[in-house]
This record gives sequence, structure tokens and C-alpha cells, in this order.
Amino acid sequence: MKPSRLGPWLVTLFGVLYFFVPLLGTFEFSLRYLRGVYSLEAYRIVLTDPRFGATVTYSTVLALVTIVVGVALVVPTAYWIQVRLPGLRPIVEFITLLPLVIPAIVLVFGYLRMYNSASVLPLTGTERATDLLLMFSYVTLALPYMYRAVDTGLRTIDVHTLTEAAQSLGAGWSTILLRVILPNVRVAVLSGAFLTFAIVIGEFTMASLLDRPAFGPYLQLIGANRAYEPSALAVISFAITWACMGLLQVFARGAPGQVAPTH
Amino acid sequence: MAQVTDAAIGPPRAALPWVSQLSWTWVGVVPFFVFALMFLLLPTGLLAVGGFQDAQGHFTLRNLRDLFQPSIASSYLISVKVSAASAIGGALVGFALAYAVIAGGLPAWVRPALMTFSGVASNFAGVPLAFAFLATLGRAGLVTALLIRLFGFNLYSTGFNLLSFVGLTLTYMYFQIPLMVLIIAPAIDGLKREWREASANLGASTWEYWRYIALPILWPPLLGSTLLLFANAFGAVATAYALTGSSLNIVTIVLYAQIRGDVLHNQNLGYALALGMIFMTGMSNAAYIWLRGRSERWLR
Repeated sequence: MKPSRLGPWLVTLFGVLYFFVPLLGTFEFSLRYLRGVYSLEAYRIVLTDPRFGATVTYSTVLALVTIVVGVALVVPTAYWIQVRLPGLRPIVEFITLLPLVIPAIVLVFGYLRMYNSASVLPLTGTERATDLLLMFSYVTLALPYMYRAVDTGLRTIDVHTLTEAAQSLGAGWSTILLRVILPNVRVAVLSGAFLTFAIVIGEFTMASLLDRPAFGPYLQLIGANRAYEPSALAVISFAITWACMGLLQVFARGAPGQVAPTH
Repeated sequence: MAQVTDAAIGPPRAALPWVSQLSWTWVGVVPFFVFALMFLLLPTGLLAVGGFQDAQGHFTLRNLRDLFQPSIASSYLISVKVSAASAIGGALVGFALAYAVIAGGLPAWVRPALMTFSGVASNFAGVPLAFAFLATLGRAGLVTALLIRLFGFNLYSTGFNLLSFVGLTLTYMYFQIPLMVLIIAPAIDGLKREWREASANLGASTWEYWRYIALPILWPPLLGSTLLLFANAFGAVATAYALTGSSLNIVTIVLYAQIRGDVLHNQNLGYALALGMIFMTGMSNAAYIWLRGRSERWLR
């Protein structure tokens, strides 16, 4: 008895259409700037808009700082939970999942209440401080992905043996974390980093409500006022997401040598 | 705020003598818990407290009652409808897609391709997604234009409007379907081939296999994933805002306007609005976790 393959193929075809037709539609729309001919005019206008460069740069820098701070927060914590405080694991895992439960708009509403300019810690008082707050908001948004990636990475290496070996050679905690643990989980850290980048680069809600000049609010502004440029921007930002996730897949396959040092 | 933070992490280090030997061990997770307090627990807790206060800071249940006034209740209702429709639609299509690719006997390369693409598409949300659907199904969109040119069929004469309940649901399904594929794939992997073969040997039809074997095992992960998709759509802001502006009053849009300019003319009602959202997403996530626990009995 051989089951028919027609049904599965039809379902797959439907999925492919649902995924690709909007992308095709966006691309086609983005070429329509000049009446009657397809052109890259919309892209030229977008790419020469100084605000495009400024907001992309702002969001890129913010994403990179978010990644650094996120790694600095998550790697030691996940390591410490694994080595010293396994009893805390359920609590820490629960906390890291909270950003998936509490909507981003609620979180930022809470920040605006807690860190308003009349509060003890007025993080919304100056532009620099708000940048800092936005960066921490993004660390929060990325926490579930970053923590799970790093935790999975730590489980694949023998953390206890590595720690004891390093200690018996006289290494301190900073040496162990930076020169022993981090290189061994670099693949996991990288995949967390790409995911973080993909989330941060076009994020709208938090940047908009904290009133910072990020790429997401710029996208929205152009979308509300222009016809063809938004499609060009959507194609560009899809390309960025695709690049991040593509790199993630490449690295997640496991570069050879990731687990090797323990053998 | 600083005092609250210090008090909350202080006791384990100083007040309890029996942990004094552990004191240095605790230091390792202090940054994480300080971070969690400052950027997750306290901000959310403050909103929750504010939802139960009046403008003078006295305890009241009035804000929660005011959530049921027609304008706010209707925004919750639209949010629930859009989230439920996109979650159920996304779950059905996502499951069909994942099942077709994993268990449908398709060539081996289809599965990793689908998984990779689902990873990308489930992250392609927000403002650009709204642009993509406007360019496809909007009044001048590619599909709208092609339907008119090829079939003489005007989508918009049927009453269809992208900036509506149906339009928003279709748009949300773009990230709901791939998310469903990603979270349901392990459950489909857990369906053992032997079960299907054994039931076929005993003379069961395909329908009987699904009715008595596959669905009884799969319903917890299916329902749980649907709830997760519901919560995912319920908290979404950017896609809806970029797509419909403020013409479709889902609750996140109302909250966005409230944060921007106190449109409800009552700060504390705004906190209650946020509290109501946490309640909805919290309940669906809790049910998801409970159902996932149930499904782990069979699907290992």
C-alpha cells in the first residue's frame, strides 16, 4: 500500500505560495516608482535618504551593544546555574521566558512608569539614558532566545571538567569564563546573536514609545507618507532578516571543532 | 527604586545565617536577578499595582470594572477575534504543512528547507510585513491587480478590505503558520510509524487512525501550540499599527495611543488595560505549559 503523495505536495505548494507571493508582490511593487517601466528608483531614493543611513546605523549599533550586554549577562548566569546552582534552574528559566509572555508594549509601558523623569532612576530623562534604557529593553526581548541558545550550548560541553581543569591550572573565574567557556559555546552565542540582531534591527514598539530614532519607527513613518519606498524598505529589511537567519542556520549546523576540545 | 532592588536581593546574602557559606556562590547570579527585577518584574509589577489604584493612589477595583465599558471591551473583543482566528488558521495550516513535509513521504531535502524558511518567516513580522501585504493584497497590490487582469475579478468589490479583521488575520497568519511549523514539528516526529502500521494491520481506515490514535495523542500539543500562537498575536503591535493605523481598534493599538497621549483620560485605567493584556497572554501561556506537560507522556 503506497500512500498518495499528491496531498502533501498540494499542501506544500499552498505553503510556498503563501510565503512567496507577498514577497514577490512587495518586490514588484517596489519597482513601480516610475510609471510604465520597472526601475530601481524607489531604492535609489531610499538609500540616498540621510535618515535611512542614520536610523540603520543607530539600530545596528544598538543591536551590537545589545548582543554584547546580553552575552555578558547570559553566559555567566547560565554557566553558574549549570556548575554551582542547578537548584535555581527552574526559576531562572521561568524568568527568561517571561518576555515571551509579557507583551513588549506592556514592558515599555512599565519602563515609562518606573523610569520617568521624576523617579529615583530617571532613565527617560536624557537622550543618552533613554538609549541605555532601550538597549536594556532589547536585552530583555532577546533574553528567551539568547538564554536558550547558550544553555543548549553549555549542555553539549563538559562544563565541570573544563572548570576543574582550568582551576587546577590556576585560572581565575574571569579567565575560565572568557578563555575556556566562551570559546566553547561560541557557536551557541553566535546563533543567539544573529537572532537578537534580527529582532532588534526593525523593532518598532519600544523604539517608538521611547521616542528614539531607530530603523523601525523610520519604516513606519515612511509607510504612512510614501507609496513605493515602503516596499523597497520591506525588501531591504527582509534581506537583513534573511541574512541573519541564514547565517544562524550555517552556524547552528555546528562548525567542526565546537565540541572537540573536550575530547 | 534602588532601595527596593537592594532589599529584594539583600536577604539571601546577609539575613539568613545558614546560607553564609553559600554567600559567594549566590553572587554569581546577582547580576541576572538585578536585571530581571529592574527590567521585567518591577516594571510589570508597578503596572499591576497601578491598575488597582485611583489617581490619588488609593486601592480601587474601579479600573478593572471600567475595562468592561463598551469602547474598551470591544477593543479586547476585536483583539481576541483576530488573535483566535489567526491562531486557529495558523495552527491548522501550519500543522498540515508540517505533517505533509515530515510524514507525507516528500523528498528529504524539503524538510530542512521548510524549517529554515519557517525560522526566517516567523521573524519577518512588524512594519515590513504590513508593507508586504499592502503591496500584495492592497488596492493596487500585485494579487489584486492580477485577479482583475486575468479573471476580471475585483477582490475589493466583494467587500474585502485589507485594513479590516479579515485582512489583519491573513497578515498575522504569515508569521503564525511558520511558528506553528517550528513548534509542532517535534510532536509530529513523536508519532511512531509502528502505530500507523499496527492500526492498518488491524484493518483501521485512515479516518479511524486519526480519530482513535493520532488525534488523542496530538491534541495536547495542537491545542497548546494554538494557545501560544494566540498569545503571540495578542501582544503584536507594529504590524497592525503599520497596516491599519488606528482604524482597527485592537487593544494593543488602544494601549499604544494611551501611552502616547492618555486618550482614556485616566492613567490608572491605562495600567488596568495593560494588566488585562498580561492576564490574557499569561493564561494562554500557562495552559500551553500545562498541555505540553501532558503531551510529553507519549511523545518522547
